[in-house]
Amino acid sequence: MQESDSIGIVSARRAHFDTPLSLKSGAVLDGYELVYETYGELNADRSNAILVCHALSGNHHVAGVYADNPKNTGWWNNMIGPGKPIDTRKFFVIGINNLGGCHGSTGPISINDKTGKRYGPDFPLITTSDWARTYVRFADQFGIDQFAAVIGGSLGGMSAMQLTLDAPERVRHAIVVAASARLTAQNIAFNDVARQAILTDPDFHGGDYYSHGTHPRRGLRLARMLGHITYLSDDSMASKFGRELRNGSLAFNYDVEFQIESYLHHQGDKFADLFDANTYLLMTKALDYFDPSQEYDGNLSAAFARAQADFLVLSFSSDWRFSPERSREIVRALLDNKLNVSYAEIPSSYGHDSFLMQDDYYHQLVRAYMNNIAI
Amino acid sequence: MMTTEISRSALTLRPDFATIAAWIRPGSSVLDLGCGDGTLLHYLKGKLDTRGYGVEIDADNILACMKNGINVIQNDLEAGLSGFEDASFDYVILSQTLQAMKNTEYIIREILRVGKEGIVSFPNFGYWKNRMQVVRGHMPVSPSLPYQWYDTPNVHLCTLHDFEQLCQQHQINILERRVMNNDGKVTFFPNLFGILAFYRFSHAQRS
Repeated sequence: MQESDSIGIVSARRAHFDTPLSLKSGAVLDGYELVYETYGELNADRSNAILVCHALSGNHHVAGVYADNPKNTGWWNNMIGPGKPIDTRKFFVIGINNLGGCHGSTGPISINDKTGKRYGPDFPLITTSDWARTYVRFADQFGIDQFAAVIGGSLGGMSAMQLTLDAPERVRHAIVVAASARLTAQNIAFNDVARQAILTDPDFHGGDYYSHGTHPRRGLRLARMLGHITYLSDDSMASKFGRELRNGSLAFNYDVEFQIESYLHHQGDKFADLFDANTYLLMTKALDYFDPSQEYDGNLSAAFARAQADFLVLSFSSDWRFSPERSREIVRALLDNKLNVSYAEIPSSYGHDSFLMQDDYYHQLVRAYMNNIAI
Repeated sequence: MMTTEISRSALTLRPDFATIAAWIRPGSSVLDLGCGDGTLLHYLKGKLDTRGYGVEIDADNILACMKNGINVIQNDLEAGLSGFEDASFDYVILSQTLQAMKNTEYIIREILRVGKEGIVSFPNFGYWKNRMQVVRGHMPVSPSLPYQWYDTPNVHLCTLHDFEQLCQQHQINILERRVMNNDGKVTFFPNLFGILAFYRFSHAQRS
């Protein structure tokens, strides 16, 4: 058996980009910073780089722990490390906090050099295409001509796909997990409710809550609670919480009674303390706008005609937010273009969140695929 | 290396693979339905430089394909091949799986929709030893039909004649047939002495 261990102590670094970035929205960022982490060693040929794209609320801290905070484990620590499915003894793994994020990369909470104040509502909307361009520039800075693979789940899977379309020659493999080629109306609707919760919070102040010394905590909390429900499955909620009461009997009031309420409130509170509301809004819009088929009259196969990478597409049986059918649409487009692609639907009861879970079959599939990537 | 091990074992383990390979043009595209661990596709890729995909529903087989570096798409064949475009493959192969399909006619129609040609192989129920067991009052159990009546996945067993009749009814042109027993090719009363049947076929309108 291979030894499988955590990558251990990691630290975040910062990359500066001084060339102006023209965004899809028409706005221009004169310069920006990306905070990132890397694990493993970049080989002499610079051919073993893996880019991990994060989802809605993720960041650059993908694996390992911080020396000053050993409890803060990276969000995909079970997948990435020495001897793990994405093996840092073979690969040089890069996690980047996306532009617009709130964990150190330039985003709405950053100080705008032109005004000396936080960007707030003035920060432009960012799309997956904009991110793809920042990934390419990031690779340029490292002298990486081509990523061995780009990998992501959910919004991260969409960002990964976008890179294969916008910079086909820069990606050899793409692993797209629990993603979608475009959000359905239902999915956009969920995002809208989340946004409305934030936008209508009296503490939002048109996005300039920083200068009012507030944070739309209630809105962000509700947004996260709603999101969280959609990331779990009916079955997993039923088995974890059922109708269990916190205090054993009904209290006939509106306090927290059911365990599921307690759990959701806790999740909402925790998130509202750690995340920036403007970034949440921005990320949900990036999700909604992602649709490579748009420029091709809705023809996804035509959109993927420019892709060159080999693909592994994975979905989870109980994921209803990004259902297996959405992944099959991606696979169909790849098949139509005769690209190398493998697809598996992993049996799981954990809903959309399955992509973050430790699951033997899931991890074996990723390990097998990664093992066959030539570097 | 795993690669050479597979190509060596392909012929020794599954002699039927050589028969199928003999019908496939080098460089062509192949869809292998019920591809197992991907051995046939691996063999064809190595020997004939084919490209294509396997279709599987079994988790262990999907993982095995992944380990063997074979493109595999999880799909339930009983539900057809909806993810695949019309005439998008030179060959669609269904190797020793036809007899276990519930929707036999549907999958044959799907094979000919997606493939320019279809290749199927199946155990010949008309083999004389099978017939003898039926005459003696039992369901046949043999190396090619290794299951008891109560645990068999085979729900649609047929003879050579039966299959050819189906082809006739569905305007399917049989382009080539090969019948095998343990000693090799069978030409003398194949419906009686053949254990395994192979057919290459196309739609009558296309050929």
